Amino acid sequence: MERQQILDQVTDIFRDVLDNDDITLTDATTARDVEDWDSLNHIQLVVGIEKHFKIRFTAKEIHSWQNVGELVDSVAAKL
Amino acid sequence: MKDFANLKRNLKKDASALKPIKVALLGDTATQFLAKAIQGAGYEYGYNLQLWEADFNQVERQVADPSSELHEYDAEVVIIFQSSHKLLGKYNKFKANHTAFAADELNGIKALYDTLASVNPKVKLIYYNYTEIDDNVFGNYANKVTSSFLFQLRKLNVLLMEYAAEVSNFHICDISSVQNLVGKAAFFQPSVYINSEMVLSLEVLAPIAYKTLGIISALQGKFNKCVILDLDNTTWGGIIGDDGIENIQIGALGIGKAFSEFQYWVKKLKNRGIIVAVCSKNTESIAIEPFEKHPDMVLKMEDIAVFVANWENKVDNIRKIQGILNIGFDSMVFLDDNPFERNMVRENIPQLTVPELPEDPAEYLEYLYTLNIFETVSFTEDDATRTKQYQVEAQRATLFEKFTNEDDFLQNLAMVSVVEPFTKFNTPRVAQLSQRSNQFNLRTVRYTEADLETLAASPDHFTFSFTLEDKFGNNGLICVLILQQESEDLLFIDTWLMSCRVLKRGMENFTLNTVANFAQQKGYKYLKGGYIATPKNGMVADHYSKLGFEPDGDNWLLNLTQYQNKKSFIDKK
Repeated sequence: MERQQILDQVTDIFRDVLDNDDITLTDATTARDVEDWDSLNHIQLVVGIEKHFKIRFTAKEIHSWQNVGELVDSVAAKL
Repeated sequence: MKDFANLKRNLKKDASALKPIKVALLGDTATQFLAKAIQGAGYEYGYNLQLWEADFNQVERQVADPSSELHEYDAEVVIIFQSSHKLLGKYNKFKANHTAFAADELNGIKALYDTLASVNPKVKLIYYNYTEIDDNVFGNYANKVTSSFLFQLRKLNVLLMEYAAEVSNFHICDISSVQNLVGKAAFFQPSVYINSEMVLSLEVLAPIAYKTLGIISALQGKFNKCVILDLDNTTWGGIIGDDGIENIQIGALGIGKAFSEFQYWVKKLKNRGIIVAVCSKNTESIAIEPFEKHPDMVLKMEDIAVFVANWENKVDNIRKIQGILNIGFDSMVFLDDNPFERNMVRENIPQLTVPELPEDPAEYLEYLYTLNIFETVSFTEDDATRTKQYQVEAQRATLFEKFTNEDDFLQNLAMVSVVEPFTKFNTPRVAQLSQRSNQFNLRTVRYTEADLETLAASPDHFTFSFTLEDKFGNNGLICVLILQQESEDLLFIDTWLMSCRVLKRGMENFTLNTVANFAQQKGYKYLKGGYIATPKNGMVADHYSKLGFEPDGDNWLLNLTQYQNKKSFIDKK
């Protein structure tokens, strides 16, 4: 899967989980840039992404991402 | 069942028109998602759940401190979720002999309940039991080592059940059974736990929230009382009209085992007080035959309260069954293998629970187990005889048709009633009526056994319970009144409720005569009654005016100095 495709699908998951269709993600987006992306919703996002791509992140990965780009890298590495 | 994301969306909906219930949630792990799931499930059940959530890991402090936010919040229902993970942590640090661990934990839990009940005697505690973690320190041998964690965890669950059997306001939400259903890998996600202190995976939040709401809803008096069965391919395999009695599948024939086991399940429901009715498109005599003659039939005619088999449409037939049983559609479950019939019934009677039975009868039971449609918060001996009572009711209806004059009919019934205050023997049944009665219930104040014991001992209250027996049989305890002294002259009718199965027997007149005479003898001059409207108790909106009470503001007043006994065909036994 193309990196851009992953980013698009991750964006859809963000929109669905956070109930906000205005969300646009780039590699540089961080939690501070997105309303409601707090530590709690982060878990829901992670589980949503896992379910969608049928992958599992390690505890360390979930903890380590600094921005959306790193998250997408983690997904890409598992596909 | 909605999933967590959708339950969470419910929180954005307007719940202000729904019945408010104050609930407190305390846990020893992160419970924010659980709180949202429970609140969202509350909306699904038709409640405005006002949920207060304790800060992380504050169970003991919030309960022990009389000035805590928990006690200030004064919730009706308190939910406590202490996880198996934390239990394992406690076990690891336990100083005494580990064989005493479960008993020690139970003492801690008892202390939590006792403290809660000492602050608010009416509080209902819902305690989540422990999901299994096998640390495999001993392997299978753990089952032989009384000090092993597995041994102590399972023992604690049993001790909790024994404790709950004794304490009426202590309820267990069986989340261990949820883990058994979905499997531990789906129940618990280690990566989420490590990052968030949450021990429940997102996937199980909804099932747990629904299970919790099952208890809360039953505590509110809302639960299913009746199951209506289709026959062909639901109760037995095949079509009786085409295949004939020898060829329908039950017992050893074909896939008969699936239907036999289904019937055993229905029989157990019946034995615990669920009314079983039949609604089938068949010629009646042919439909009845297996119940009377087939050796492998588990269900017999004596198990069926109302039997309707004809060629009319099922919606009308279900309405007919409802008319005879006189219970709400929202307390009835309809089981039918035919999707067309299900949809038709669902569309016409939306209050009815109509499970989407799987296509393969082999899967009926496993599917029905997952739905938890027969939640309850009480069980009494009276439950076991309920079917008999409804059958007798059908006989009464036949007698009634013979009399043109209602008084003659009532006279002919030879009715007697036992009138008693609340005792330790009748309190369980009184509590059950208090939770079950929705229609003939003037103020719908729900009391538990513990509440009733307090009322029975109170010098300011007078309690009455009534049974009703006639020549056809005994209805058991069917009516409850609680009078509260408001002043030297006046008694307020705090509770007046009656089972709908004794409507139209003149029980209202007999009841009023009894309490009015009692009050007169005690020197009171007035009885005051109140009516609190609910979506279900419209039938008693004019109750007090019909009985000759005069309006008094929002209430109703009866002057006892002028009271003359009303016509009644019931004798005191």
